[in-house]
Amino acid sequence: MPDDVPLLEARGLVKHYRSGSLPVGGRRRATVKAVDGVDLTLRRGSTLGLVGESGCGKSTLTRLLMALDRPTAGTVLVEGQDLLALPSAELRRRRRDIQLVMQDPYTSLDPRMTALEIVREPLDIHRDLMPKQERAPWARELLHMVGLDPGHAHRHPHQFSGGQRQRIGIARALALRPKILVCDEPVSALDVSVQAQVINLFKELQREFGLAYVFIAHDLAVVRHVADEVAVMYLGRIVEHGDRDTVYSRPAHPYTRALLSAVPDPDPSHRGATGRIVLQGDPPSPTRPPSGCAFHTRCWKSQERCGTERPVPTAPTTDGRRQVSCHFPEN
Amino acid sequence: MDHPTVKATPDSPPDSPPDTQPDAPLLDVRDLTVDILSRSGADQRVVHGVSFTLHEEETLALIGESGSGKSISAMAVMGLLPPATARVGGSARHRGTDLLTLPPDRFRALRGKRIAMVFQDALSALNPTLTVGFQIAETIRAHEGVGRREARARAVELMARVRIPDPARRYRDHPHQFSGGMRQRIMIAMAVALGPDVLIADEPTTALDVTVQAQIMELLAELREETGSALLLITHDLGLAAGTADRVAIMYAGRILEQAPVQELYDRPAHPYTRGLLAAVPRLGGDADDLTPIPGSPPGPGLLPAGCPFHPRCPDVRERCTTQEPMLLPAPPARLVACHYPLEVSGAR
Amino acid sequence: MTDAALTPQKVPQKVPQKVPVQEGPSPEASYGAAHGAWRELRRRPVFLLTGGCALLLLLLAAAPGLFAGWFGHGDPTVCELGHSAQGPASGHPFGYDVQGCDLYANVIHGAGASLGVGLLATGLGLAVALVLGCLAGMAGRIVDSVIARITDVFLGFPFLLGAIVVLNSVTTRDVPTVAGVLALFGWPTMTRVVRASVRSVREADYVVMARSLGASQWHIVRKHVLPNALTPVLVLATITVGGVIVAEAALTFLGVGLQPPSISWGLQLAGAQNSFQTHPHLLIFPGLFLSFTVFVLITFGDTVRDALDPRGR
Repeated sequence: MPDDVPLLEARGLVKHYRSGSLPVGGRRRATVKAVDGVDLTLRRGSTLGLVGESGCGKSTLTRLLMALDRPTAGTVLVEGQDLLALPSAELRRRRRDIQLVMQDPYTSLDPRMTALEIVREPLDIHRDLMPKQERAPWARELLHMVGLDPGHAHRHPHQFSGGQRQRIGIARALALRPKILVCDEPVSALDVSVQAQVINLFKELQREFGLAYVFIAHDLAVVRHVADEVAVMYLGRIVEHGDRDTVYSRPAHPYTRALLSAVPDPDPSHRGATGRIVLQGDPPSPTRPPSGCAFHTRCWKSQERCGTERPVPTAPTTDGRRQVSCHFPEN
Repeated sequence: MDHPTVKATPDSPPDSPPDTQPDAPLLDVRDLTVDILSRSGADQRVVHGVSFTLHEEETLALIGESGSGKSISAMAVMGLLPPATARVGGSARHRGTDLLTLPPDRFRALRGKRIAMVFQDALSALNPTLTVGFQIAETIRAHEGVGRREARARAVELMARVRIPDPARRYRDHPHQFSGGMRQRIMIAMAVALGPDVLIADEPTTALDVTVQAQIMELLAELREETGSALLLITHDLGLAAGTADRVAIMYAGRILEQAPVQELYDRPAHPYTRGLLAAVPRLGGDADDLTPIPGSPPGPGLLPAGCPFHPRCPDVRERCTTQEPMLLPAPPARLVACHYPLEVSGAR
Repeated sequence: MTDAALTPQKVPQKVPQKVPVQEGPSPEASYGAAHGAWRELRRRPVFLLTGGCALLLLLLAAAPGLFAGWFGHGDPTVCELGHSAQGPASGHPFGYDVQGCDLYANVIHGAGASLGVGLLATGLGLAVALVLGCLAGMAGRIVDSVIARITDVFLGFPFLLGAIVVLNSVTTRDVPTVAGVLALFGWPTMTRVVRASVRSVREADYVVMARSLGASQWHIVRKHVLPNALTPVLVLATITVGGVIVAEAALTFLGVGLQPPSISWGLQLAGAQNSFQTHPHLLIFPGLFLSFTVFVLITFGDTVRDALDPRGR
C-alpha cells in the first residue's frame, strides 16, 4: 500500500434522516441533516480529534465511518477502498482494520458474557485469523495489555468498575489488530481520576502499535491531550480543521473561539479573564438549520452575507495546515 | 459578612425559639450521615459524618467523583431522601433551626422559601403535562397564597429574569417544547421564585453542552449576586468550581477530605487526593502530554478500606494510613484537611 | 508488572502504568441484571416456596404413582359403583367419584394431563413466538408489519369462541390436540413480548459493537439477542402455563376439552357439575388442586419478574 493513500478518508459524506415515522395528519416529515458534507482524512499513526456539541452529527458520523449506516451521499475509503462498495463477505473482512470503542462502558458490553468471552468474540467472528486454542491466551494477553488482571477474565461486566469496563472495551477493539480505532466519547462516562488513566492508555497503545484514532468527544480539554489534528463540527459540517496547536492557540472560526472560551478553566486565578465569550441561545435544530452559515444565528460577527451564503472551506494554510469555513475568520 | 461569630458553631440554647437566630450561620451542617436501608438488613453508610458551613452570600462548591456522596448529602439536607430507604443522622441548621428534626409539614413550608434546589435533570424534574408557567405560578401560590393573576404576573417576571425570551408567550408552553438550557432556566426560576437565602445546585449543567453550560453558570452567579443568597454548588467538575466558588470542599467516599478557599486549594492542595485530581484533569493550557492519573478507582460503599478511604490509591501511603482514619482537622490559616501526612502548604515552597 | 502494585503498604515511587486495577464491583451495577436477580431471589421466601411447590407439582405430574398409593390402592381405574359419590373414608381421604373410583388417586393422576396440556401448549406457543418474534424484531419493516398484523388478527379473535369452534371440528380430543389448539391462540401474546424484547436488545450498544466487528445476523441473534431477550419471555411463559391450565379446565368443563379416558381436573370438575350440591367433595378436591397449581405458577412467575425488574426492587 503506497504511503500517500490516507488510512481513512471520508469524501463529501452526507446523511439525511427522515424524522417521525409516518406522515400523519398532513404534517410533512422533516429531514434531519445529521451530516451535511464532511471531508476527513486520517494519517497513519495519528489522532484526529472531532469535537462538537450534542446534535452536531458526531454520532452519525461515527456510524458512517464504521460503515454501520449507508450515507445519503459520499464515500468512506479505508486505504483507498470504498467499504460500502464491497460485497458483504469482503466488507466483513475489511472491518478488521477499523474498530469501534463506544462511550458507555455499561451498555457496550453484553452483561451475560465474561470479560474473556467479550474480548475473544471478535476472533470467534473472524475465525480464519487464529486457531481456536490460541484465542483465549491472546484474549488474556489483551486484558493484561490494557491494564487488567487476567485473573479476572472470568468475571462478568457488572463486577468491574466503569474504568475497568472501558478497558475491556478497548481490549476487544484491539483483538483483531486493527489499524484504526474510532472512539466515540470513550472517556466522557468516566470520573476525572480514571479518565486520565484511560487517556494515557490510548496514547500508550498508539505508541506501541502505531494505531490511528478518530477520537470523537465533546470535551475540548480531553481532545487536546490526545489529538494531533482537530476538526470542529457544527450542525453536520466541519467548520474548522487543523493542527491541534494551531486550532487551540489561534482558533480562526468564531464558533471554535466560543467553544474554547466556554471550557471551564480549573484555575481560579483566571476567573474573570478578559475575552471570555458566552454564546447566546442554543444550537439550532438540525431539522431546520439556518441558511447560509449555520452558525450565523449565534455569531457575534454575523453580517448579511453570512445569512445567505454558505462559506466554503478555505485552502489549507501553509503554516498550520488549517481550513476554516467562515466569511470573516479571526487572525 | 458582619458577624464574626459565624466561625464558631454555637449550639442553640434549648429554651430559645428555634425559628430565627440572626447570629447563627446561614446553613450549618454537622456530622451528617446517610445510611441506605436495605431490605436484607445490610444497611450501607454512604455519607460518613460530613460537616460544612455555608455563610451569607458565598458560594461553596462540593466537589466529588461519582459515588462520593455529594448529591446524597444535598438531598439529605433538603429532606428529599425517602425515609423508607434512607436514614439521615447529624444536623443541618438553617439559621439555628435544625432542618433534620423539623416536623415534615414545617420543613415543607421552609423548603423553597428559605432553601431551594436546582436539579441536574430538568426534564424529569418538571411535570411534562403542565405548562411551565403554571408550574412556576403554582410554586408561588402554594407558599404565599397569592391570587392566580398575581402569581402569573410574577411567574412571567421570573421567566424574564432568567432570560427566557418572550416570557409571556412561552408561559403557556410545556417542558418538552424547551431546549435543555431553557428548561434549566425554568428550574432556576422555580428555585428562586420565593427568594430563598440558600440555593443548592446539584450538577446544574452536567446534562448541557459546554456553550450552554457557560450561560447557565453565568446566570446562577448573577442571580446569587442580585438576590444576596448563598449558593451550594455540587459538581464533579473542577473547572466549574474554579470559576464560581469562594470555598471548595473535596469529597471522597462519603467524607470531606479537604476544604479551603478556592485559590488556596487549587494552588496548594494539602490532601494527596486533591493534588491527584488537579494533576489528572485535562486542561486547555500547559503541557498537553501525558496526564497524571490516580491509580485504581473510587471505592464503592460497603467496600471501604480500613483507615483512610484514599490509602489504596495514595502515592504517599504509610503504615498508619491503613489502620487509622484521619480526622478533618484545621490547617491554618483557613484550611481543613483529613490526612495524617498532608502536603506542605506553608507557601514557603 | 511490578509486585509493588499488589502491596499498597509500600510507597510506590511513581504510579506504575498498567497496574491491575483492583477493587470490587461497583455498587450501582444493575446491568448484570440476571446475576443480581438470582442473588435477590435466593433470599425471597416466596420464591423458594413457590419454586419448591412448582417442582413438587412437576414430580406429581411426571410420576403420579409415587403419590397415588399413599392411602389406598392408588389405581384411579379400579372403581366400585357401590361407593358412588361417597364422601371421605378411611383409605380414601378424598372420597369416591360418581363412578365409585378413588377420588384421591384420580386427582393425583389428573395433574399429568393438566400440567401436560399447560406445558405442551406453552412450549409450542413459545417456540412459535421465538421464531416469529426474532424474525419480526430483527428483519426489516415489511416482515415486521406482516407478522404484527397476523398477531393482531389472532389477538382480536375471541379466544374461547375460537377454541370451541376448532375443538368441535376435531374428532379426538386428547392432550396433544387440546394443547395444540390452546397454543394456536396463545402464541400471539408471547410473540409480542419476544419482539419487544428482541428490539430493545437489538438497539443495545453491544449489538452495535458486534455488528461493527462484522458479526453475522445469526451470530448476533444466537450470542447476544436470544440470551438477553429470553428472560422476560420465560417469565411470561411460566405465568402462561397457569393460564393455559385454567383454559383447559374451562374448555373441558364446557365439554369441548379432554375426553375420557383421559384423567384431568377439568373432567373431574365437569363430572361434579350435576351433583356438587349434594356431594361437594367432588368439586372441592380437584378444584383445590387446580387453583393451587395456577396460584403457584403465577406467583412464581411474578416473583421472578419483580426480581428481574430493577424498578420493582
